[in-house]
Amino acid sequence: MSWFKKNRQNDFPTYKFERGAGRPYHFLDSAASALTPKIVLEAMDLYYRTYRANVHRGLYRASAKATASYEAARENIANFLHAAPEEVVFTRGATESLNLVAYSLAATLQPEDEVVISIMEHHANFVPWQQFAQRFGFKLRIIPITKNFELDKEEARKIIGPKTKILSLVHVSNVLGTVNPVKELSALAHQYGATVIVDAAQSVGHRPVDFAELGCDFLAFSGHKTYGPTGIGALIGRYSALSQLSPFLYGGEMIAEVTKEYSVWNEVPHKFEAGTPNIAGAIGLSAAVDYMQEIGLDELAKHERELTAYAIAQLSTIEDVTIIGPGADQDRGGAVSFSVENIHPHDLAHILGNHGVCVRGGHHCAMPLMQELDLPGTTRASFGIYSQPKDIDALVKAVKYVRNKFGS
Amino acid sequence: MTAQNIEPCGEADVYREEILDHSRQPRNKQVMIDATFKSQRRNMSCGDSMEIFVKLGEGEKVAQLTFDGVGCAISQATASMLTEEATGKTLDEIMALSERDIFELLGTEVGPARIRCAMLALETLKKGIEEYRK
Repeated sequence: MSWFKKNRQNDFPTYKFERGAGRPYHFLDSAASALTPKIVLEAMDLYYRTYRANVHRGLYRASAKATASYEAARENIANFLHAAPEEVVFTRGATESLNLVAYSLAATLQPEDEVVISIMEHHANFVPWQQFAQRFGFKLRIIPITKNFELDKEEARKIIGPKTKILSLVHVSNVLGTVNPVKELSALAHQYGATVIVDAAQSVGHRPVDFAELGCDFLAFSGHKTYGPTGIGALIGRYSALSQLSPFLYGGEMIAEVTKEYSVWNEVPHKFEAGTPNIAGAIGLSAAVDYMQEIGLDELAKHERELTAYAIAQLSTIEDVTIIGPGADQDRGGAVSFSVENIHPHDLAHILGNHGVCVRGGHHCAMPLMQELDLPGTTRASFGIYSQPKDIDALVKAVKYVRNKFGS
Repeated sequence: MTAQNIEPCGEADVYREEILDHSRQPRNKQVMIDATFKSQRRNMSCGDSMEIFVKLGEGEKVAQLTFDGVGCAISQATASMLTEEATGKTLDEIMALSERDIFELLGTEVGPARIRCAMLALETLKKGIEEYRK
């Protein structure tokens, strides 16, 4: 590939490990979890080795340094997403971020109120609203998709209205790769006074994401999908929106005062961070942000865009392969779902795995979408900054092998 | 064993030719109209569905066993093999079949990611027997 200049696989230790073990290794599952670069591991290692202490209130060197690093991580992530530091709440990941908002907001809804989501939501942004709709009696409305795997904007404009209290929408689909018009729909929902939540798990780290520009009230993402460690992520919330939100977990650090009778909450964002936080995780995620910014978000996006176009073009040459998602001519994310006629995605993903081609097969935590598409699941290849065209060549070769094996 | 020493994908190839042959040309895959009893089960996370039809002969012995449904190669091939294996057996003998017997039928062990696929047919059959006996 003449257009591919830079190979960053040496930044990611798993490549060396797998090659050292003599195994073929084509990691194409970044939409599930991206690999972690060395500098992230080193940042966390340094914390555990040289200033291992709890944050806040410790009156000694290590604790003061841990606190400063933890809060510097918050500031770094805030700058990265164009938010203020106090607008960053550390969580376990996008799932916890979405649950935090849902738990706190759902209880304020009345039976006549409506919450709007889309059919392409990940279970993390589907199940909480479905369950709370049953518990609190509000109505859950679901925006459908068009035949071209895009959000049906016409329907969205009909569904979003005066009864809409919350619009919770995925930015980039983890199955289809579809990029949703969140800025436009956020503005529409705000006209009706609704709160807007964006599930940005597949967009942060893969394209420039500007919290202020998107115009939403809350944004959720996971560190492990953005080259950071597992178990850390954040909820970005507009300061005024966070201030109005009730705490989700009670405990240490989230309080300002506790008496026998009452408690006073700590300031935003600390009132949402009960208990000892994932300190190493926050420091690691901050290092991942540094890594991404050094490369540049435009470069990350370009890299994925080119690989996505190449993957769609190459997969489309195989007989009986259907791409489940928008074409490469659209502005789309780097999750490429496909189906192969008469081959179950679990069989396909399983045999690809035996060939060192690491993809995901199944419903991708989007069962309502699969039911809508009338598919048992799809096989999905997805990319990161380390992915190379040769990984896609290996995928294509292996898919052809499986077709022959099953067809003979 | 510590968490770091686990190598879960060391299993033998589940997709041997015999299994693929059963998947491509499943034996006894048809709806049975005069079944003594039938049983249906779905594995939602895979989108698999399995229906098993049993015709009993003398002494609660299975005279005929058929299945119908959609699913992955492992669930379909196991169902096909099981219909051959279980025909002629008594209901008690079928209830005594275990994961180990399915592995023997398949000629290989099946890892945790696919065990539900491999067990779907037997579980469906056992569920049918339990309901029939109620």
